[in-house]
Amino acid sequence: METKMIFAGFGGQGVLLAGQLIAEAGMQKGKNVSWMPSYGPEMRGGTANCSVVISDDIIGTPIILDPQILVAMNKPSLESMQNMVVENGTIIYNSSLIKKDEINKINGINYIGLPCSEIALELGNPKVQNMPIIGAVMEVTKSFNEDDIKKAMLSKFGETKAKMIDLNMEAVAKGKETVIKGVN
Amino acid sequence: MEKKLMKGNVAIAEAAIHAGCKCFFGYPITPQNELIEHMSKRLLKLEDGVFVQSESEVAAINMVFGAAGAGARVMTSSSGPGLSLKQEGISFLAGAELPAVIVNVMRGGPGLGGIQPAQSDYFQATRGGGHGDYYTMVYAPANVQEAVDLVQKAFDKADEYRNPVIILADGVIGQMMEPAEIKDNDNSANYKKDWAVTGKEGSHNILRSLYLDPHELNIHNKNLTKKYEKIEANEIMFETAFIDDADIMIVAYGTTSRIARSAIREAREKGIKVGLFRPITLWPFPLKELKEAAKNTKNVVVAEMSSGQMIYDVKLALEGSKPVSFVGEAGGIIPTTKQILEAIELASKEE
Repeated sequence: METKMIFAGFGGQGVLLAGQLIAEAGMQKGKNVSWMPSYGPEMRGGTANCSVVISDDIIGTPIILDPQILVAMNKPSLESMQNMVVENGTIIYNSSLIKKDEINKINGINYIGLPCSEIALELGNPKVQNMPIIGAVMEVTKSFNEDDIKKAMLSKFGETKAKMIDLNMEAVAKGKETVIKGVN
Repeated sequence: MEKKLMKGNVAIAEAAIHAGCKCFFGYPITPQNELIEHMSKRLLKLEDGVFVQSESEVAAINMVFGAAGAGARVMTSSSGPGLSLKQEGISFLAGAELPAVIVNVMRGGPGLGGIQPAQSDYFQATRGGGHGDYYTMVYAPANVQEAVDLVQKAFDKADEYRNPVIILADGVIGQMMEPAEIKDNDNSANYKKDWAVTGKEGSHNILRSLYLDPHELNIHNKNLTKKYEKIEANEIMFETAFIDDADIMIVAYGTTSRIARSAIREAREKGIKVGLFRPITLWPFPLKELKEAAKNTKNVVVAEMSSGQMIYDVKLALEGSKPVSFVGEAGGIIPTTKQILEAIELASKEE
């Protein structure tokens, strides 16, 4: 079993961190994982993306061009990358920035809208807008669970930011909930 | 230390610290900056640690010469353009037989090139790189854990043979995060450095690469050659996968070997019997081992993130016994699984 994912968005939207936490959660689950960022002369407001693989087997290429899951936090990412997703794959898009009827949908792909900004605002901190992604990916892939993510956050955030974990986990739960409810 | 999700660059630096590396000299360059950054954080906290961000790569490698000559475990790192600047110093290290670990996180060239991953410094790394008759050992990791293990081994082998060892990684290995466990592996006490310079109060050792008497220099070169032959006899590392029933053998190292592994899985699903030969030491290159592994195959495909450099060693190994084809991209473009799969399919149709 191998899950190949791409997380893409504007720099600052937290796609690299979301991908890292998911990779780390997969590691906590005892799976083989890899996280590979795009890198270059990047700047705030530019685009950023990373490939994440969670696998039971030895991971071949860490650079993913045929994801089962694409997380698109902005419209340019969705438009430039949705063709890469394999048949029966899932696209989780940020419905706070991408309107459902503006999407040129591809047949055979499951689209899930995730109102990332609204969820974050509801929780009172716009910085957690990337956390619903984690909950949504958790629900779609079942590759890891809440405990794994919590451990990943503890390891990534360190002692000083550990107090932020509860809030982040709430945002994760909202993401999961959105997928379960099937709200697009 | 338990398994941690780490960037290759950070893991290489941390592995060096756990192997007893006390000195680091370097100059920043993408895609290996996290390595220098981590070294600065860690070494400055050690009582006997030394970190200098030098004024240039030329200065850095000569600082490495000094630290190595004084008997310290020392490392430097860079990418292609910086490695080119360091070649004079590496030649001097080889000439004076000084141990050092040198990391090259390769990017596209030539010249300043670009900052995206490449494997185009193969020739430079495996043929000495600088002037004179010499070789450096070259380790090519394909994942972050292997990078950790090879860096730690590199320090031991550098001391054992009194020779520079190059870790030839690429931008993917440097930038990628994977789980890695870094153990304490400081074996420096096993290597008695009675040749090191200790200051005027201590020994009268002289470390030099200058021999004006050609007869003396000839003897020095013959001794070096004997050392290289010993390394060739004892230090070859490689890995094979799916090779037993293979009709086609792919040869690839580092990141490209992983893309090849993905392509092999897809090819096998299509019924094409293809296997992987992955050199881990690029010098010494597993010449005999490669020929032996290819024995029952029809042909060989070489995949590289360059215009084709290792392919010459593969041809040397096969001694004309098999047809060899090439697939690769240069300049920072990473060959895709699909491209390698197509090369496999093409090879499978050849007679």
